[in-house]
Amino acid sequence: MKQRALRSEPLFFERNPHRVQRQGYQLPPMDVPEVQPTEVLPADLVRKDVPHFPDVSEMEVVQHFHRLSQLNYAVDEGLYPLGSCTMKYNPRINEQTARYPGFTSLHPLQPESQIQGALRMIWELEEALKTITGMPGVTLQPAAGAHGELTGILMIRKALEARGERRETVLVPDSAHGTNPATAVFAGYRAIEIPSGSDGTVDLEALDRMMDDTVAAIMLTVPNTLGVFEHQIVEISQLVHDRGGFIYMDGANLNSFVGRALPGLMGADAMHINLHKTFSTPHGGGGPGAGPVTVSEALLPYLPVPRVVQTEGGFGLIWEDPSSIGSMRGFYGNFLILVRALTYILSLGADGLRSMSDVAVLYANLIRHRLKDTYHLKYDAPSMHEVVFDDSFQGRHEVHNTDIAKRLLDYGFHPPTMSFPLIVPGALMIEPTESFGPEEVDAFCDAMIEISREAETDPQMVRSAPHNTPVGRVDEVRAARNLKIRWMPEDENA
Amino acid sequence: MHPWVGAGPDDRRHILSELGLQSIDELFATIPAEVCVDRLDLPDARDEESVRRTMAQMAISNLSMDCAPSFLGAGVYRHVQPAVVDAVLSRAEFFTSYTPYQPEISQGTLQVIFEFQTLISHLTGLPVANASLYDGATALVEAVLFAHRVLRGKRDLVVVAETVHPMYRRVLDTYTEAAGIEVVLVPPGNDGRLDPDRVRKAAGDTACCVAIQSPNFLGIVEDLPVLAEAAHEGAALAVQVVTEAVSLGLLAGGGAFGFDAVCGEAQSFGVAPGFGGPHLGIFACTEKHIRQMPGRLAGETVDEDGNRAFCLTLSTREQHIRRAKATSNICTNQGLMALAATVWLESVGGNGLRELATSCLARAQELKKRVGAIGGGWRLAYPESPIFNEFLLTGPGAGVELVERLAAKGVLAGVPSNRWGGSWPDGILVAATERNSAEDIDALVTAIKDLS
Repeated sequence: MKQRALRSEPLFFERNPHRVQRQGYQLPPMDVPEVQPTEVLPADLVRKDVPHFPDVSEMEVVQHFHRLSQLNYAVDEGLYPLGSCTMKYNPRINEQTARYPGFTSLHPLQPESQIQGALRMIWELEEALKTITGMPGVTLQPAAGAHGELTGILMIRKALEARGERRETVLVPDSAHGTNPATAVFAGYRAIEIPSGSDGTVDLEALDRMMDDTVAAIMLTVPNTLGVFEHQIVEISQLVHDRGGFIYMDGANLNSFVGRALPGLMGADAMHINLHKTFSTPHGGGGPGAGPVTVSEALLPYLPVPRVVQTEGGFGLIWEDPSSIGSMRGFYGNFLILVRALTYILSLGADGLRSMSDVAVLYANLIRHRLKDTYHLKYDAPSMHEVVFDDSFQGRHEVHNTDIAKRLLDYGFHPPTMSFPLIVPGALMIEPTESFGPEEVDAFCDAMIEISREAETDPQMVRSAPHNTPVGRVDEVRAARNLKIRWMPEDENA
Repeated sequence: MHPWVGAGPDDRRHILSELGLQSIDELFATIPAEVCVDRLDLPDARDEESVRRTMAQMAISNLSMDCAPSFLGAGVYRHVQPAVVDAVLSRAEFFTSYTPYQPEISQGTLQVIFEFQTLISHLTGLPVANASLYDGATALVEAVLFAHRVLRGKRDLVVVAETVHPMYRRVLDTYTEAAGIEVVLVPPGNDGRLDPDRVRKAAGDTACCVAIQSPNFLGIVEDLPVLAEAAHEGAALAVQVVTEAVSLGLLAGGGAFGFDAVCGEAQSFGVAPGFGGPHLGIFACTEKHIRQMPGRLAGETVDEDGNRAFCLTLSTREQHIRRAKATSNICTNQGLMALAATVWLESVGGNGLRELATSCLARAQELKKRVGAIGGGWRLAYPESPIFNEFLLTGPGAGVELVERLAAKGVLAGVPSNRWGGSWPDGILVAATERNSAEDIDALVTAIKDLS
């Protein structure tokens, strides 16, 4: 990543300002008779002028994106310890297999005889995810974690309907991701917050009070967003199931126990798996992800269609099933992301997957150990793959978590997740993942300790950070107040 | 040991001793024993070469569209793919980064989103476009739920053209059932186009929106101005669905005709067909309704020195702030695919996009003329209706069967038109793009003649 430069990269729309003729791409030759659009299309529907963006040469395009890329921090640059996001290494072989033409140039509606390899890929990944979770069914359709949540809750809704029940609420711990309550509402439920106990896990007594026949499900992140394992998970499941409810497990943190424990044994009825977290598919600057959902026996009939099934000679697709919740998106999922995940699982195998979780947890505990005297730990229950500190020590010098985050940028690290979970004011949520070398993890801890020292000795310098990034602290308030979300031709003359 | 795990055995021992632990198992002591396993029932780790071979075997068991003349469309199109697009997408600075929550070190991604929003805004004719949604089908869902919110949840009726992609409508059904929204379908007239009077009648003054697709599922271009008017008469929002985004290079987007939102699929802009995903959902709307819009938005601002900078904005609509009251539960979207579309559109350029769209139009016209003249039971379902690059062809037999028989002759003729049902004739949806050469067209015509 570049440091602050004298020259910023203009918007694409500011290139070729006089809109003279240039060309960025050569089209296949016109070998059919030319057609005047207005002769075959209603004239009033045809665009009067070309969209007013410029034509530029190929090199200009490459240069533009090369320069823009240099303004980004990325996993390949260094530790990216965003808690809950699992910013691990994205293996390069994944990028190769996902680009095989047999996958990329495949149309989703080709006859089944032409797509056997793709159906097999889906089937193999399904089998692997069932094994990894110890659950009997799965759908690969959801495009992301939140989409998986909705898929799971809609299946639960359908199962309740089949029992002739109409329950109204979904319980969501106060430590949950924002997607959980949002999902509950989109599935037609009211989200009710359930308070955490003193160690940050679910308060079993509170659950006992709240869990009645109006509650469809509880949405639990395991381990939770504090990185603490729900040690009473078996009791929780028992209680919820006894009262006719379902367990929705948010699998955002599955990466902490692959090969050691099975959600199926914990009593999960549905669980989404963020392939872009646990199974190394790239985050891509905000997607595409993939959020397959594994289900228990009780939810099998409600899995979305289309589904891949084994047939006599190979594989087939089932598009119709009256008991299914229906389709959650077009086609079969973010297929090329699924290819990457299967590549990852085949490469690591059973032992590799387990050591992935082992080292992710080991590193988080190393960070906890090294920083626990410098940063305040509100909940000191044992950490799994992430640890949540807060800024209360540094706050004495009027240095807050945002300032610490911005100063970390100067040290060449991406900051932790901040101000989440909501039950930890001033949170700094750190998840190292297993990918990096121990020296990188140590260097991050050194930087954190140094910043805390700076907070005492030179708080103003920390508050005014970052100092070495491509741009200085960005005015986010102004962005919302003077909303400008696209370039307009008149900007040229402004 | 494994190359993707950063700490070797010595490192682990060293860290364990620093932590005062004997074994890594101690770190998992809080997991109840009854949910634990010793080992997963999965094969052992494998080297790169061996994994590559397994994956390659699956890939080559498919028939890639590169290997045969292909006229498949129905929402997924095969357009030119400049090498530049994948070269940019392969840059780790883009693909290994996360959502740009830290603007100071994410200006690259943020400026790309801003440019993407600008491109989509100009193409749809609407001032506001978001950073992307999962795909065309979920974009339709979001548009309908958006309209429902704009009308303050007081109108639980949605009017949808039957000629909106049937798969999108299925996805919509899944969501509206949970939301308690009723969907009423309006079938096309005998010309495959929507009759504004039927739309008006279906919507009455109780619908929150009227969703129409143009070019529609049958490839036919709808009369957008009249349909927007029909929707607005009963104060419903007018929503245009687009499944072939390249059409926007030639046909003005719905915003120009008073549509309140345009949503759909932009896979055509540089995203591989990829067996259905990842694709690229788009969403654009008017300024008036921006606070009801789903998804992320990048805005322009300045840094502390007054230099231009970008950041995510209006996040108070989103789940991580608003939780249960968010406009959508979407978090991770299709960032890298939006980058692909941005690189693709900027490579092709404004004039290039028009030229490309015109090339699709010309090839579809030529194809339509040629297959329309074959006779022998082969017929154009809607010969007089205006199309962009796709049309419905019927023949002697059901669409599924015709497609299979033509595939046996080495041509991927298209998509069976009734695989999800429909009130239209059962045949083949045939699509042409700038990649279908005159030779491809000859091949399809010959294959059809061979069948007759």
